[in-house]
Amino acid sequence: MEFLNALVSLSNFMLIPALAYGSQLALGALGITLIYSILRFAHFAHGDTMALGTAAVIGGTFALQGAGVSIAPLPTALLAVPIGVVAMVLYLLAADRLVYRYYRRVRAKPMIFVMASLGVMFVTNGITRLFMGVGETRFEDGARFVFSVRDFRAFTGLSEGLALRNAQAITIVTALIVMVALFWFLNRTRAGKSMRAYSDNEDLALLSGINPERVVTITWVITGILLVLAGTLYGLDKGFRAFNYFQLLLPMFAAAILGGLGNPLGAIVGAYVVAFAEMGVTFAWRRVASYLLPDGFEPSGMVQLLPVDYKFAVTFMILVIVLLFRPTGIFKGKVL
Amino acid sequence: MAEPFLIGDAMTGGYGGADILHDCTIAVEKGQIAVIVGPNGAGKSTAMKAVFGMLKLRMGAVRLEGEDITALTPQARVAKGMGFVPQTSNIFPSMTVEENLEMGAFIRRDDIAATMEQVYTLFPILRDKRGQAAGELSGGQRQQVAVGRALMTQPKVLMLDEPTAGVSPIVMDELFDRIIEIARTGISILMVEQNARQALEIADKGYVLVQGANRYTDTGQALLADPDVRKSFLGG
Repeated sequence: MEFLNALVSLSNFMLIPALAYGSQLALGALGITLIYSILRFAHFAHGDTMALGTAAVIGGTFALQGAGVSIAPLPTALLAVPIGVVAMVLYLLAADRLVYRYYRRVRAKPMIFVMASLGVMFVTNGITRLFMGVGETRFEDGARFVFSVRDFRAFTGLSEGLALRNAQAITIVTALIVMVALFWFLNRTRAGKSMRAYSDNEDLALLSGINPERVVTITWVITGILLVLAGTLYGLDKGFRAFNYFQLLLPMFAAAILGGLGNPLGAIVGAYVVAFAEMGVTFAWRRVASYLLPDGFEPSGMVQLLPVDYKFAVTFMILVIVLLFRPTGIFKGKVL
Repeated sequence: MAEPFLIGDAMTGGYGGADILHDCTIAVEKGQIAVIVGPNGAGKSTAMKAVFGMLKLRMGAVRLEGEDITALTPQARVAKGMGFVPQTSNIFPSMTVEENLEMGAFIRRDDIAATMEQVYTLFPILRDKRGQAAGELSGGQRQQVAVGRALMTQPKVLMLDEPTAGVSPIVMDELFDRIIEIARTGISILMVEQNARQALEIADKGYVLVQGANRYTDTGQALLADPDVRKSFLGG
């Protein structure tokens, strides 16, 4: 019983939130890794494009709510996702035509692309703030819980409670579906295979009649879908604030690099490792420990390695360690 | 004399700056094997690339079946029926053997199963390794993948840039046998080779290039018999 209580407490405060956070990071990191393998640069505008995409979804959500549309118990935002996807795909393609395509034509060095994406990042950031301001916007509606702490306690009779929030459940399920769909696309369809071929050997892909501009366009479309989903799920879970999305850049890049840049499976694994490491190190283990340790050994402190404010320090450490000792990442990706 | 099937006629040009090719002519007849040999830096690969459109020509022309294709991009030449196997990075390493062949046939919209079957018949080892990543194969097997990939478009001309570079002598003989087999199906072969003696033995036509210009042009056997060629280029 003690062990079960420990497990429930751990799930409630750490495992489920980390799983949801990891899923959000994974969708973002997949976009980063795809852009890196096809366009061969680190896409710094990722976090802010995610914010703008989420802003579009929020706009759509408010409009739908105003029109009285509801899919309760699911959040209305899910209905608005296609609006955000279309807006962001157009935005990303416009950025590609206006900025990146020129550098592709002159075969600029990757670092120049990175700097260009930094510029796109600032512009995107500005546009988002113009529409959304810098404060927090909440747009979650519908039912709040799949099951609440009270439901769980009543059902199991355990003293510890476990809640599964709607946003968390939706995040985990959506991420799973999207990942399966992405792998199916990359491994089974003609367009997906042409993307992998282009990533593998650009010149030979050209010789085989694969149109690079088409591959690039498909990549932006997929990135747009991944971005908007990741941003919306994150916003439903934690609320929307433009600055938080910018900050997501670090864990997303850490995830992609840790998994092996250019490797989609690596991005997913890396995202969960980063999420669990961030949560694990900043988690107060006292309650879990007090269940597991024998009586009289209960810790007096919080047993928290780092305050939550320092969670990005954990990610930074992971990044530094990976770059120092295994720059190709877990799954042998490309080196940045 | 009738126009050859594919001819790079009096080609002059380079990668910008000084010319590398000087009035160089390379041709191949239908179903025959033409081999370009010569010392290091003679412009062998450059001549091949010029025929394939990867090099801008200042003068001269490339004609396929009598049609002037000088202005076409390499991709457009693939669509016209030319297949090219580069010397290095000629496969998609992280993709399976079968996917490599599929990508070779990317421009085709019809059923590719029969062509794939032909490639597997020609290179039986590839059938066994069809599900394996091409980058994990041995050097000789990779070359087979590379040639197989180029064959997937059902080209009329197959151009090979040093197909035997870096493979063992046994594998080299095996590859040459396969190349002869390909030529027997009516596909013209144009290849650059370091192993001049072995290559000229299977060549219908041989081109000895020196400093970007034709030095000797004759049948493979005649070049092998020519004392000057033997002394200068074949090591006696």
